[in-house]
Amino acid sequence: MAQQLSFTPPDQARIVISATMLDVRAGLACLMACPLVQGLSEDCLSTTEIVLAEALNNVVEHAYARFEGEIEVELRRDSDQLRFHIKDKGLPMPGAEPPAGYPPEVGSFDDLPEGGFGWFLIRTLSRDLEYRREGDLNLLSFGVCLDNAA
Amino acid sequence: MNLESQHTGEIIVIRVMDDRIDAASAIQFKELMREIVATPSIRVVLDMSNVGFLDSSGLGAVVAVMKALGPLRRLELSGLTTSVEKVFRLTRMDSVFTIHKTLPEELRRAG
Repeated sequence: MAQQLSFTPPDQARIVISATMLDVRAGLACLMACPLVQGLSEDCLSTTEIVLAEALNNVVEHAYARFEGEIEVELRRDSDQLRFHIKDKGLPMPGAEPPAGYPPEVGSFDDLPEGGFGWFLIRTLSRDLEYRREGDLNLLSFGVCLDNAA
Repeated sequence: MNLESQHTGEIIVIRVMDDRIDAASAIQFKELMREIVATPSIRVVLDMSNVGFLDSSGLGAVVAVMKALGPLRRLELSGLTTSVEKVFRLTRMDSVFTIHKTLPEELRRAG
């Protein structure tokens, strides 16, 4: 497992994981245990873990759908938000834009959605989401409000 | 992924022993659930009180299991933790399941 974690300076943390679902799980556990995150309220903690998990799962499932690679997550504490910067060298997002993340349609029993919740959750629970392609890099960043009542 | 099931009369109670249902375990969860509910019962109750985290893959797996049971044998959920409840609520999937705050008294494992 390619994984490094550094906590310096104290208002930042950085981790590198290989793009597998098991590494995402391990990386999340690492990040959720870091001092920057530990001080959050229970509500912010769950919001942070959900958004981060969805963003990282997407990188594994889509950006690295065809080949292996690494994902870097950097986390910084600003005055009013915890800001995550996710970097990968996978495929670009289609249309060079993150999906809109429409709310799931709760219709008849047979048509209940079994997927497509990920971007809806990211869009709903994060703020100031930005994506850009720089050379062969995908750069995604978003904030999680420090006392977000989601 | 570890699931414990108990058949009491016409009810199957399944307790998730893992603390998360995520993208790394969703497929296995779905397979194990399908094996357990192959035994006929009128009700199926999923005790999620050990599950502290569920992502969208985990949610999709729970919905898939419910759909596989068919409209007459609904999947009931019990003991959603704060984070899991949030995912169900935001995606409005809380409206399609019967959700018990805790395992109904008559279903609690003796001892």
